[in-house]
Amino acid sequence: MKPIIQIENLHAGIDGVEILRGIDLTVMPGEVHAIMGPNGSGKSTLAQVLAGREDYEVSAGSVTYQGIDLLELSPEDRAREGVFLAFQYPVEIPGVSNTYFLRAALNAIRKHRGEPELGTVDFINLIKRKIQLMQMDESLVKRALNEGFSGGEKKRNEIFHMAVLEPTLAILDETDSGLDIDALRTVAEGVNRLRAESRGFLVITHYQRLLNYIVPDIVHVMVGGRIVRSGGKELALELEERGYADFETELAAAAAPAG
Amino acid sequence: MPKTATSTIEALSQQGYEAGFITDVEQDMAPPGLDESTVRFISAKKGEPEWLLEWRLKAFRYWQEMVEPDWANIHYPAIDYQSIIYYAAPKGVDDRPKSLDEVDPEIRRTYERLGIPLEEQLVLAGVAVDAVFDSVSVATTYRAKLAEKGIIFCSFSEAVREHPELVRQYLGSVVPPTDNFFAALNSAVFSDGSFVFIPKGVKCPMDLSTYFRINARNTGQFERTLIVAEEGAEVSYLEGCTAPMRDENQLHAAVVELVALDDASIKYSTVQNWYPGDAEGVGGVYNFVTKRGLCRGKRSKISWTQVETGSSITWKYPGCILLGDDSIGEFYSVAVSRLRQQADTGTKMIHIGKNTRSTVISKGISAGHGQNTYRGMVKIMKGADGARNFSQCDSMLIGDQCGAHTFPYIDVQNPSARMEHEATTSKVGEDQIFYCQQRGLGEEEALGVIVNGFCREVFRELPMEFAVEAQKLLEISLEGSVG
Repeated sequence: MKPIIQIENLHAGIDGVEILRGIDLTVMPGEVHAIMGPNGSGKSTLAQVLAGREDYEVSAGSVTYQGIDLLELSPEDRAREGVFLAFQYPVEIPGVSNTYFLRAALNAIRKHRGEPELGTVDFINLIKRKIQLMQMDESLVKRALNEGFSGGEKKRNEIFHMAVLEPTLAILDETDSGLDIDALRTVAEGVNRLRAESRGFLVITHYQRLLNYIVPDIVHVMVGGRIVRSGGKELALELEERGYADFETELAAAAAPAG
Repeated sequence: MPKTATSTIEALSQQGYEAGFITDVEQDMAPPGLDESTVRFISAKKGEPEWLLEWRLKAFRYWQEMVEPDWANIHYPAIDYQSIIYYAAPKGVDDRPKSLDEVDPEIRRTYERLGIPLEEQLVLAGVAVDAVFDSVSVATTYRAKLAEKGIIFCSFSEAVREHPELVRQYLGSVVPPTDNFFAALNSAVFSDGSFVFIPKGVKCPMDLSTYFRINARNTGQFERTLIVAEEGAEVSYLEGCTAPMRDENQLHAAVVELVALDDASIKYSTVQNWYPGDAEGVGGVYNFVTKRGLCRGKRSKISWTQVETGSSITWKYPGCILLGDDSIGEFYSVAVSRLRQQADTGTKMIHIGKNTRSTVISKGISAGHGQNTYRGMVKIMKGADGARNFSQCDSMLIGDQCGAHTFPYIDVQNPSARMEHEATTSKVGEDQIFYCQQRGLGEEEALGVIVNGFCREVFRELPMEFAVEAQKLLEISLEGSVG
């Protein structure tokens, strides 16, 4: 089986400051990987770099996505190839209906794959199915994109987009942040429904609690721009008890001059 | 590496004029310059009655005493009024292209991109349509259908010949020749334009469009439009300048007058896309236009919708005088300034009658080095008990070289008036573009989606086909790949 994504020795930064200092990570089809770490450890940077945010500069390393060099692609081509990022802070686009936007997005992806564009009726039927599947509030789908949405509504809408666009690699950037426990559960259930043999997930989170609902196959601990430890789902529980402090101390010790 | 969003923004703000072309048609012209003899020349060319010549001359003499206004937030070299040609008409049908095949493929591509139907393309391109197919009779059919209901829809010159009593009654009744510098100039030298008369109780069965008036392409840069809706009449008028006009001269000073009697309703929609000049600000149309509607009757309604993407200078304030009790005035506007374009545009709502209502929705988009100014006046006169106004002025900035300015004037002389004014300024952020890209949209498509969303409240006021055209126009004019 070929990996969905293979990240090797990835170094990246912004404005000359290196944030990612050699990331190695491989996601196989069907796997859910959780990336945990303290604030400022580079988790969100990794998500942004993978999605193609131009502000970040990749200085070394490679990212192979389904056999192709992901870093060579424009952000829209990455999306069209099946890379989806659920944003930590979804953007409001006033006046643009959520449905209209999704249709434009879906058709851009279909066109890229050489598939015919979806007509209005087919698209509406698809949306209806997904609304049911994701138990979305129908009014959110009709409203302008994220305009006046609450924090929870925005996050749910991201998951809804994911359900409609059916990506191969889904990256969830702190989707749990700012959610109350009910919203968290709904979002997690949405993600679980989308787990599939052919799909990979990178779930970035600060807290362990999301992983009570989305059970990962592999947990990575990211500190100081590196993955310092990887393990099974029990690693998340260990972190919950110990916190990140030990890892940070270990890292500091490692970085300190031998003496 | 992927292109940056910034590069798109830069590219689109420098992109060329999609609709720019020059047609080489022999013209019947007046010599450059303006004096009484020019006014007489134009009037004689049109075989006008004495009273109209006198009306023009009076306007001209008044104009000579006037000073060009300088209060607008626009900057341009002084206009030399003596170097302008005030009358030019194509020589004859024989000089026109015989079929679409003879029309510049560039022009045809523009039409196609704008989605203008073939029939209209023929008319716009100035093809002698009768040689190709029976479009003339199409137009004639329309006119016959309208005439059955007593509706008059013809060129201004024709109206002067055929319906002098109506023209004389209403001409200058909303925008008097003395109104302002450019209106006075227009009154003196106007070449042609449109005349619409909807008699009492008649609802015009179709949108009246300049496309369907065969001689529309011949109207000069000083056109004059007069629309009268009698008691209970209704009309929707579309002024399409989506395709380029032939005019190569710089100054365009039109006057539009609308009169609505009791219970009448006039909807006037404009899509304007004249040459905006180049990236350095060289060339382009100076668009100094006076448009005003008079809600003379009770419960009458006048609605202006404009989408302005062209012209290097725009100076334009379509307004409503709400004289009749319970009358309604509306203004919906999208104005785009890119390259070095400057637009100073907005509306005037003058509330005189009781319980008069007005709505103002203005969307200004600035890109490149464009400067966009909203200037709007809402005036509530002493007798306007219960008057209401809602104004919303939103500005969108694309890139960091452009500017948005808002000058609202509010003058309330009646304590029972209710006024609301909202204004916002937003910047198309790289965050928004990146979000769209992450969902699979290209950068230009992303920008199109964002801008169209911003303008939605105005576009939905446009008649359906026009709305589609306006959206496409906006996308084309903000497209980066073209330039």
